[in-house]
Amino acid sequence: MTAQMDRKRRIPGLRLLEALATPHSIDRYLELVHPMLTIRELRGEVTSVHRSTRDSVTLTIRPTRRWRGFTAGQFIRVGVLIDGVRHTRCYSPATSQHSADGRFELTVKAHDNGRVSRWLHANARPGLVLQLAPAEGEFTLPAARPEKVLLISGGSGITPVISMLRTLCAEGHTGEVVFLHYAYTEADVPYLAQLRELAGAHPNVRLLLAYTDVEGGDLHGFFTEEHLRAAAPWFADADTYLCGPPGLMAGAREVFTALGAAHRLRTEDFAPAPITVDAEDATGEITFGRSGTSAANTGRTLLEQAEAAGLKPEYGCRMGICFTCTSVKTSGCTRDVRNGELSTDPDSEIQICVSVPVGDVELDI
Amino acid sequence: MSTPKKPQLTPQQFEELGRDLDALRQRLLDSLGEDDRKYIYDVVKVQRALEVAGRGLLMASSFPPAWVAGTVALSLSKIIDNMEIGHNVMHGQYDWMRDPAMNSKMFEWDNVAPGENWKHSHNYIHHTYTNILGKDRDIGYGVLRMDEGQKWHPYYLGNPAYAFALMVFFEWGVMLHDLEVDNLRTGRKKWSETAGVRRRMWHKGLKQVLKDYVLFPALTGPQFVATATANATANLVRNIWAFSIIFCGHFPTGVESFTEEETKDETRGEWYYRQMLGSANISGSPLFHIMTGNLSHQIEHHLFPDIPARRYPQVAGEVRAICEKYGLPYNTGGLPKQLASVAAKIFKLALPDKFWAKPAGPRGRTVSKDGRTLRVA
Repeated sequence: MTAQMDRKRRIPGLRLLEALATPHSIDRYLELVHPMLTIRELRGEVTSVHRSTRDSVTLTIRPTRRWRGFTAGQFIRVGVLIDGVRHTRCYSPATSQHSADGRFELTVKAHDNGRVSRWLHANARPGLVLQLAPAEGEFTLPAARPEKVLLISGGSGITPVISMLRTLCAEGHTGEVVFLHYAYTEADVPYLAQLRELAGAHPNVRLLLAYTDVEGGDLHGFFTEEHLRAAAPWFADADTYLCGPPGLMAGAREVFTALGAAHRLRTEDFAPAPITVDAEDATGEITFGRSGTSAANTGRTLLEQAEAAGLKPEYGCRMGICFTCTSVKTSGCTRDVRNGELSTDPDSEIQICVSVPVGDVELDI
Repeated sequence: MSTPKKPQLTPQQFEELGRDLDALRQRLLDSLGEDDRKYIYDVVKVQRALEVAGRGLLMASSFPPAWVAGTVALSLSKIIDNMEIGHNVMHGQYDWMRDPAMNSKMFEWDNVAPGENWKHSHNYIHHTYTNILGKDRDIGYGVLRMDEGQKWHPYYLGNPAYAFALMVFFEWGVMLHDLEVDNLRTGRKKWSETAGVRRRMWHKGLKQVLKDYVLFPALTGPQFVATATANATANLVRNIWAFSIIFCGHFPTGVESFTEEETKDETRGEWYYRQMLGSANISGSPLFHIMTGNLSHQIEHHLFPDIPARRYPQVAGEVRAICEKYGLPYNTGGLPKQLASVAAKIFKLALPDKFWAKPAGPRGRTVSKDGRTLRVA
């Protein structure tokens, strides 16, 4: 409602224009003039591209006027057109949440099997228009900024936490901030120059680089209790924000749990954790009601099984965070692979990318 | 009508036919890409340009040349919107693009029939049960007698008049079709079950009427009546065109219908067979095909309803070759020929069977009188 009133105030006569354009949205006319003219749809134009490490690309994005910004640590669903098909992936902006012109940066690391990341790495150019969705995610700093903050990241998991660091610096935050980043080698550290610059300019910010493959960093090897104590001896009384590959995440959780500080650790998964389901236990049949097909349960996720059955359900992150794939389970029981939670209610919405069927299941797709 | 003259295939042939067409389908699916996206967006651009030009010209609707040019542009816009874009997008032909603007679940067309209602009647009922008497509700749309298998009733004496009215008010006919009035009358469906369908009709119909007969005319001030007339004419032109193309898809002479028993436990190959025998094409130029939404390739459309229609002309030769391989007819002809054939059927079936039918029994028991065949005994 607020958004509606907001829009009405900003664009007089919009209601009339929409009644004239019915049944199509005004955007369907405006986008033909220029893809960035859309009123309702969120889009972003790439205004500059640079490649800071050999396998990553950083895009500066100017969003359309409907953009309402993001909070440091959140992610954005980004739609990219590849050979006529829109692929959606979640990326966290790496810039401060305070930006005068609304622009933000996304850093994308090209993964070997990452169709979108490889495409962006090879093809992103100024002028490229991407589909955006409003920022989402709970991995954010509290509004009352903590006195001491430990930010830990690994690989391309750096983006949400560097956004936190930049936001704190932009706010003139004076509390202690330790930024601990894990990379194979120095050449693999995105934003290396900017990080050093920030640490140099802000006496309350300490930068620690840990290299897993070579010596020469502030720390060496994978995350350990020693690393933690060296970086932030006060960790038990501070907030820690962690984002990185599954190995780092698991290692850090283990250490924090052993030290009784698990409640101070906030995490964000950015790579799908391998989903393991015992295929032996797979029983029953999956019915895809709307498309009138069915298949024997193979024990994989419902999204994968739907795709194996030839369906093309919408999906985004495939790891249970973006809710693009949310579908109605008409009947049956499913298990959330992340936490083992069972969903037994009929006609309930489930995220099919992280749900496996337990016995017979009917889905409305 | 189910007749023994339908070409018969052996179970092996049916299986082979299914494999041939599945292979063709897979090849098409594998080749979908940027070209298809560009094509549909180019068509959208042309349609929106015609629409904007038409509405713009009609701002001067009291000036006759502007009225004529505006009405022509708007008619073309509505035809392209409904046929090459709306019908095909709502079939899910472009769902693979994962583009909400071209998604079958989200798209609406410039037509009073709400997409959601239409998709159920069309994509599900008509395309699944194509030409099965008693199941495919598009045979006669519940008002006409379009198949010999429909029992004659004095009501059908009005067949030509009903067909004419349906043609003139086609978008409204398509809208009301989703109510399934015949099923309501027979009690197979309860009035209360149609609440959702009726609500959508009301909302969509109101918006369309408001746009064409209130808002745009009002924007032209004193030319209100001239603009409203132009909009009504554009809707009429689209109605006549759509009706003609669609009736040529399933009702020309030679198109077969099927019984429920015949189609019980159908295999993939038998389903393809029914789709091919139950559809007819219209030959013409590439521009003509686009203006029909490529429904001029009704046979290819019924084989692959969810594949972008621009691909139908590309594979028509192969489909025809497959028909020849199995000795199946490939019903095609120019628009005048197919239309005449449909019109003749509308008039013929208005009359009781004895005025035209061949006897059900042994041959040679008919007497022909002035070109009319009478059944004896």
